[in-house]
Amino acid sequence: MKRRIISLLIISFFLFVFIIFYQSLNKSSFYKPKSKIKDIPQFVAKSLSSQEEISSKKIFYEDKYYLLNIWASWCVPCRDEHPILVGLSKNKQLEIIGLNYKDNLSNAQKFLNELGNPYRIILIDKDGTKAIEWGAFGVPETFLIFKNKIVKKFIGPLDQSLLNEIEQIIK
Amino acid sequence: MKIFKIIFIILIIFYFSPLKANEIELQNKITKNLRCLVCQGQSIYDSDSEFAISLKLLVQNKINQGWSDKQIYNFLTDKYGEWILYDPKLNKNTYFLWFFPILILLFGGVIVLKKFNKH
Repeated sequence: MKRRIISLLIISFFLFVFIIFYQSLNKSSFYKPKSKIKDIPQFVAKSLSSQEEISSKKIFYEDKYYLLNIWASWCVPCRDEHPILVGLSKNKQLEIIGLNYKDNLSNAQKFLNELGNPYRIILIDKDGTKAIEWGAFGVPETFLIFKNKIVKKFIGPLDQSLLNEIEQIIK
Repeated sequence: MKIFKIIFIILIIFYFSPLKANEIELQNKITKNLRCLVCQGQSIYDSDSEFAISLKLLVQNKINQGWSDKQIYNFLTDKYGEWILYDPKLNKNTYFLWFFPILILLFGGVIVLKKFNKH
């Protein structure tokens, strides 16, 4: 009887370990933070074009959709998603705001001259602390905003399927 | 006059240095308990990634604004979830994590006691 219990315990232990490892095989090690923030953070940042301080209250005040895109000229995936943003900027229901993350300003300007400027305003985040206020941890990240609330967050570069998703939401 | 100036500067440095030391200690304590999300396995304190550098700066700014460690932890868990903390809070999601080792310990204790009594 005792032996049976012990062997049963050993088998169930190995089964347990096997299931855990097997499950982990298909799990991505890429962690997407479970952000609880729904309201957009209030902040003040310098504009790339005018170098003036602008409050976020003066940007996201209209009753329309906004897309905040965190980007940098040194970020390769940002280059990939840029044509999608340029295409989206033609949509009148949406306004795209850029947050330039830890960038050299002349490089940022060159990037825009080369690939086009889809942003209505570009704010500067020189030290990366403003991106943290948004709950971002890298570039590119994009937030769809409506009535001062974050409707959807996109980690990584936008692609065709995400573009379709955005267009579905703002329809 | 020069001597007075020097003494004055030294006094100011001595007056403020313990305050600064406390702030740095608090900043180190907090950043050691924060997980670097882009370089898992390292704390923010240990990491030199762009994210970690910015987060260290943010923690420093918040301490300068007079925030407590709890306020900073709450602020960051709102933005990144519990995962950012190495020392997770006790709530219904972490009951298993906190109590399972105690259960195991009790279970082991019972086995040891039983063996001990037999002998």
